[in-house]
Amino acid sequence: MATSWTPDQPIVQCVDVRKSFGALEVLKGISLSVRKGEVICIIGPSGSGKSTLIRCINALQPITSGSIQIEGIEVSDPRLDKLALRRKVGMVFQQYNLFPHKTALQNVMMAPIHVLGQKRAEVEARARALLAKVRLAGKEDTYPGELSGGQQQRVAIARSLAMRPDIMLFDEVTAALDPETVKEVLVTIRELAEDGMTCILVTHEMNFAREVADHVYFTDRGVIVEHGPPETLFTAAKDERTQRFLSQVL
Amino acid sequence: MTTAETGHRLAVLRPYRPAPAQMSVRIGPLPAAILCFCVIMAASTAWAQTGPAMLSPLQVIVKWSPLLLRGFAFNILISLLSMLLGTIAGLGLGLALLSESRLLAAVSWLVTQFFRNAPWLVLLFFVMFLVPFQVTMFKTTIPLPDWIKATVGFALPVMANVAEVVRGAVRSIPSTQWEAAESLSFTRRQTMWLIMLPQCIKRMLPLWMNIYAIVAMSTVLASIVGVSEMLTLTAQVHAAEGGRPELFAPLYGFALLCFFLYCYPINVWTARLERRFRVR
Repeated sequence: MATSWTPDQPIVQCVDVRKSFGALEVLKGISLSVRKGEVICIIGPSGSGKSTLIRCINALQPITSGSIQIEGIEVSDPRLDKLALRRKVGMVFQQYNLFPHKTALQNVMMAPIHVLGQKRAEVEARARALLAKVRLAGKEDTYPGELSGGQQQRVAIARSLAMRPDIMLFDEVTAALDPETVKEVLVTIRELAEDGMTCILVTHEMNFAREVADHVYFTDRGVIVEHGPPETLFTAAKDERTQRFLSQVL
Repeated sequence: MTTAETGHRLAVLRPYRPAPAQMSVRIGPLPAAILCFCVIMAASTAWAQTGPAMLSPLQVIVKWSPLLLRGFAFNILISLLSMLLGTIAGLGLGLALLSESRLLAAVSWLVTQFFRNAPWLVLLFFVMFLVPFQVTMFKTTIPLPDWIKATVGFALPVMANVAEVVRGAVRSIPSTQWEAAESLSFTRRQTMWLIMLPQCIKRMLPLWMNIYAIVAMSTVLASIVGVSEMLTLTAQVHAAEGGRPELFAPLYGFALLCFFLYCYPINVWTARLERRFRVR
């Protein structure tokens, strides 16, 4: 864990990551690297291991073999301080997973107060600013159950940002949303990317991936079939599997 | 339903929802009390005119009611204390059931199963005879009266049942809540106390109140081990009045009435809470 890391090195470095659930191998040797400030999109058919990969990056699931380094910290190290890792890595889920018994503002404030031990007044000011940033000013005292899916998802993004992570992981964050609310969430993510946040997105929104991503990875059945800048991957895919997938979704 | 049918004639597939089984006939507490009173009176009027020297059953109840009601208050005290003790212990045991340590979870599972599946009376006997009547600590002797032992005896099954309620409620919360908390760096303990348990209170409340109503009714078991609660006192009053057979029904009817008037509102309230939480 003592490996010194400098910002010119990849902030996320996966080398030959393998992950099995019992006899089923979900990730069959994934290697990728993300530089600070980069936006990475992982696309591919359902069940190709996209979600599993980003859950492994956050140490929500242990990997079977290989190496994942976040800012030089080895995620598969058994002595890993998971809580310290997760302070660097924010995650937003498909189902928002807000805490239903807390208001939007409280949802955003909880972790900085209880986990980082920061002062309530300071956290509250920051939380209000974050909610305003995701265009939810005025919804501070609303409970998640009274918010639309898109609004809940934006609260979830603000909640993650309140921890001031270096990297944000988005796990199919628009998949459960109504089509009309997808856009408001994507706008929020794009602004985040423009601010220089390192983002790793698993997404089915191909147009969005094409617009915001610096690099797109196409995965199928646990391997990265092809990757490259969006212009080349979306227009001139080399692999036949990528071409077939893209012709189905575009 | 009927307005919708007249509204349009197209066949609309509505979700089929069977009517909840109504096992009980609901009557308000006041009519119930009047009904009980009538039953007692009906039983007693037959003997009311037997002799001028003897008190009528109603007069006997009125005469002894301060003592009997004091006994009933004692029942309530025992039930409240054992509920308090049992809830605190049950919360701890429930959290142990959910522990990540296999050993702790297994041991607490055994404890829970043991106390949930043991007859309450047997547990009561065990506590009565295993716990000494006084404990000496640092040269001061603290007496342990029977009613305190009985309270502990009732707290044991309460503990096991509350533990099961806590475990079930926490388990019923989607695992995605754990993941969200984990990804925000909350420790397991923080997640439990800040995120899981507050969400569980609503789910636990009706079940917890149900346990309480059962405890309140079970406190009469303490009469068997000699605690002078309402049932014991009723038997003593009956004996003091010469054990007249015609007093039997009114006196015990009075005890029944007291418990009914106490527990019925709790059950009505529980049912109301259950219905309200189900809608959300």
